[in-house]
Amino acid sequence: MIAVRNLVKKFGGQAVLDGITLEVKQGEIIVVIGPSGTGKSTLLRCINFLEQPDGGEIQIGERKVEATRASRHDILGLRRSSAFVFQNYALFANKTALENIAEGLIVVNGWPKAKAHQRAREILERIGMSEKADAFPAALSGGQQQRIGIGRAMAAQAEVILFDEPTSALDPEWVDEVLELMKQLAVERQTMIVVTHEMQFAREVADRVIFMEGGRIVEQGPPSQLFSAPKDDRTRAFLRKVLDEVPPQCAEGI
Amino acid sequence: MDTLNIDYMLGLLPVMLKYLPLTLKMACIGMVAALVLASLLAVVRVLKVPVLNALTIVFISFFRGTPLLVQLFLFYYGLPQVMAFLTQIDGVTATILGLTLHFSAYMAESIRAAIVGVDRSQTEAALSIGMTNVQLMRRIVLPQAARVAAPTLMNYFVDMIKSTSLAFTLGVTELMGATQKEAASSFLYFESFIMVAIVYWVMVEGLSFVQRWMEKRLNKAYQR
Ligand SMILES: Nc1ncnc2c1ncn2[C@@H]1O[C@H](COP(=O)(O)OP(=O)(O)OP(=O)(O)O)[C@@H](O)[C@H]1O
Ligand SMILES: [Mg+2]
Repeated sequence: MIAVRNLVKKFGGQAVLDGITLEVKQGEIIVVIGPSGTGKSTLLRCINFLEQPDGGEIQIGERKVEATRASRHDILGLRRSSAFVFQNYALFANKTALENIAEGLIVVNGWPKAKAHQRAREILERIGMSEKADAFPAALSGGQQQRIGIGRAMAAQAEVILFDEPTSALDPEWVDEVLELMKQLAVERQTMIVVTHEMQFAREVADRVIFMEGGRIVEQGPPSQLFSAPKDDRTRAFLRKVLDEVPPQCAEGI
Repeated sequence: MDTLNIDYMLGLLPVMLKYLPLTLKMACIGMVAALVLASLLAVVRVLKVPVLNALTIVFISFFRGTPLLVQLFLFYYGLPQVMAFLTQIDGVTATILGLTLHFSAYMAESIRAAIVGVDRSQTEAALSIGMTNVQLMRRIVLPQAARVAAPTLMNYFVDMIKSTSLAFTLGVTELMGATQKEAASSFLYFESFIMVAIVYWVMVEGLSFVQRWMEKRLNKAYQR
């Protein structure tokens, strides 16, 4: 289980996260939506401690950490029980596809190289990238890089995978292959929190959609409810805006 | 101008080659030690390690701000007067020590610049999978920085090879010291010093050749 309680993050005195409370059950798939600059990325980054929160509590599994009193040990623990998929992939440029996936197993989990490479090969197989095992990131398409990015997150066997707009840096032609892989993970009930603008994905895959605005959770619920009968005016306004931008046949899905 | 004494020049070569290994030894040990020290200094600077960072800034400032010759004299002639345990230090050791400290100061700055130049996303990705600062430096950031810094570091190595000639001022008979002795007894100064210049020159050119080859190989690694 992942829980965030009363999470606060300020940048220059201004609260970007203004008391976020959120519980995620094991195997649950959460999609976070909301306008730009609302703190969605900041929320994921705080859970992973890429940003140091200014208040609140983060719990992943048994580990409960009070943000302002987190020790080095706590922070490493949180990072090791969560994995992050970045908008810009952020693959290790000096490592091959295979090494990118194996790196954490070797360095963080202390696995012998052979065993880690074996596991990395299995993951490459699952994400359909076996042929590119020895390619460096610079030689891969955006979609392939992001699939390796997801593979790297899968290798960590984390309690939760945090996705920060995993498809928004991609050329449209590569978006589907990445979404397909994410759907595959969802089917396997990998717990995940996904920030995305892909509303169709949210409808199909999410167990719960969270609408954030101004550093707060405004409304949340199953996609069937949130998309067709939003309770809050702000949610309605946001949805009207984003759903207008997509062709009608996508928007009518539910 | 009198004619050049070519036979004398050629006769000098074997003498010089005998002292070449010492020159190379000082440069190579100095380079390896300077690389290690410079990497440590650079990491301290980048991670802004408390206290050490301030000391490192002073260290770098001092060794960049004073002439190498002055530093060598300080180690060889000066320090033993105030620190008794240094009386044992010989000219070769003092030279290696001086070269190491002097060049590590310069190299630390180029390594630091290269580290800072590595994209922030690389660090974040490493942190996100739970690496410690030391792990991510060693596995991800330093290897990428090394590629960027390599050409500059090679230039410092060239500079270091040439700077070993200062060892002769500490009474070390290396390439330059040996030549100086020969010249003093034969009085053929031009022949002697043009010869030693050529030997340094050939050595440096050989190294530049290796450097170009290495860069080609290093660059190949990340490309399609
Ligand atoms: N390192 C930082 N320093 C200062 N301000 C920041 C920093 N990171 C984010 N912010 C600010 O915090 C606010 C929330 O940013 P965040 O990136 O979390 O938004 P977001 O919801 O992910 O937006 P988007 O949909 O555009 O990605 C923004 O106003 C942003 O300018
Ligand atoms: Mg964002």
